[in-house]
Amino acid sequence: MPLTEKTLASADELIARYPERRSALLPLLFLLQAEDGYVSPAGIAQVAGLLGLTRAEVAGVATFYNMFRRRPVGKYLVSVCRTLPCQLRGSGEIAGALCRRLGVPPGGTDPSGAVTVEEVECLAACDGAPVLQVNTENYERLSKDEALALVERLLRDELPPPTLAGDGATTELSTASLHWRLAGVGDPPSELAGRRPSPEGSGGELP
Amino acid sequence: MTEPVSVLSSRWRDGRAHEIARYTDLDGYASLDLAFAKDPAELVQIVKDSGLRGRGGAGFPTGMKWGFLAKGTGRPIYLVVNADESEPGTFKDMELVERDPHALVEGTIVSAYAIGCQQAFIYLRGECGFAGRRLSAAIGQAYERGLLGRDIKGSGFDLEVVLHRGAGAYICGEETALLSSLEGERGQPKLRPPFPAVEGLYRAPTTVNNVETIASVPWIFRQGVDWFRSMGTEKSPGPKLFSVCGDVRRPGNYEYPLGTPARELIAGAAGGMLDGKELKAWTPGGSSTPMLTADHLDTPMDFESIQRAGSLLGTGALIVLSQDVCIVRACLNFTRFYAHESCGKCTPCREGTDWMWKILTRLEGGQGRREDMDTLADICDSIFGRSFCALGDGATSPIVSALQYFRAEFDQHVDGHGCPFGGARVAVGAH
Repeated sequence: MPLTEKTLASADELIARYPERRSALLPLLFLLQAEDGYVSPAGIAQVAGLLGLTRAEVAGVATFYNMFRRRPVGKYLVSVCRTLPCQLRGSGEIAGALCRRLGVPPGGTDPSGAVTVEEVECLAACDGAPVLQVNTENYERLSKDEALALVERLLRDELPPPTLAGDGATTELSTASLHWRLAGVGDPPSELAGRRPSPEGSGGELP
Repeated sequence: MTEPVSVLSSRWRDGRAHEIARYTDLDGYASLDLAFAKDPAELVQIVKDSGLRGRGGAGFPTGMKWGFLAKGTGRPIYLVVNADESEPGTFKDMELVERDPHALVEGTIVSAYAIGCQQAFIYLRGECGFAGRRLSAAIGQAYERGLLGRDIKGSGFDLEVVLHRGAGAYICGEETALLSSLEGERGQPKLRPPFPAVEGLYRAPTTVNNVETIASVPWIFRQGVDWFRSMGTEKSPGPKLFSVCGDVRRPGNYEYPLGTPARELIAGAAGGMLDGKELKAWTPGGSSTPMLTADHLDTPMDFESIQRAGSLLGTGALIVLSQDVCIVRACLNFTRFYAHESCGKCTPCREGTDWMWKILTRLEGGQGRREDMDTLADICDSIFGRSFCALGDGATSPIVSALQYFRAEFDQHVDGHGCPFGGARVAVGAH
């Protein structure tokens, strides 16, 4: 099953946290994504069972939100802001250059499964334009060449510190760790840190 | 010149205010004892008297919103803090949470006490990693210190706070959509009435307040109504975090009294225009508020004055555009945002934003038609006021204001079969 026995304990904790079970749906989908790298069909069925929902209800929610992924995501998720204040400072060129480097369209993952690059809307850090994120941590005011150099390092499995590292910011070691963190059940287990989902995933796309 | 104020941002430069020991050294959590010594109804009255208005965009009086909460329903009262900051150009709430997360926790505690809430939720954007770590740690520290949980500081008041992460949807900043999302649904707005104050989260009386609003409350309890009203204007009192970005030398958050003219924020605080360029347009409150021009720079940044000038104060987010920005391309960028973020529930917004995106794309690409501008205005008419929530209205703001002030530029795109700016600074897409 997508959620292992150990993870199911965290799922129970999440369900108990809310006055109504269904409120745990978004956190559970993050938990599922930590395990499978995306919202897998088998995981949808499992989450539906946990919450007493239909698979259609769960899939309907999962497909509404940008952060729930329909295909396995790379170990490092590079998100480039495409909203006006960032595009005024060259984020469009950065996104284009990164996609060309990886040979993928926006949203695509390089063949090794290391890096997914996507374009996203405003990240609420417009003073740092152009804003780019790795696993939701900001790397601000990068030139196109600096952004390309960052991606080269990610491809070599090196993770440079984010812009606010001096203030205490750190970047999650993998998208699996990130998604665990977003579920809200504490620090991610160490085994998630090195996880790189296979590009084929565990069971095809959503229906 | 208006002097900047240091209230909500007063601990930002400290560097350690996110640690609870340091925060309490800086008089943090001092409002708890003051609040617990008073009757909750008295506290609601204080917030009413302060004139505090919601800082999330709509500017609704906070005390009045609290006063609407249905009493004696036999159901719990919920406080939901809206930390889903996503309005383009707005980045104040995230900096506040990153640098001073306990200020939000403290505000949540005293606000919850005032409205009789024992279970609060903070809905924080999923995409903001640093803010998430900081807030999660702050909530944990507050529990360890007995500032959250049962019988807080021996007051008999209990409060549980759950940090709930969003999953990427601008619409969840709208309060009824946020509540739907928190209930595990698609983030789609609900028709009002019933308002959340009567039927909100889990159909119980609920108030949804913005981060900056909640962080303002402890200051009001500590310093008093007169102090709060000594800043700003009669109807828009208090300090305000203004986000300034775009073509300025020093983009950033600047705290000034409400009513400070935009010129002082742009030319003063933000260091003036980038590379000495000339200003073309600016938004007072993010992309959802109609653009204004250099003629409006002396308008005081308060709710009434900006409305009189034909726009909205919104979140107080100034996106500054210089003369070398193509206004059609700027509209295209914003409209793509709204088309992408429309939740799809209301037909005028769902279809209209997409049509406008297509028309602007063809205008920018040189295939525009003379009637396109009228069509755009027509579509805006059909969206405005005809959707459940403000997203649709907001989507019309850039276009209506651009047509009002920069109509000639649209004509140039049609007559010249393309963008007169050539190497424009805004990409249309990555591929």
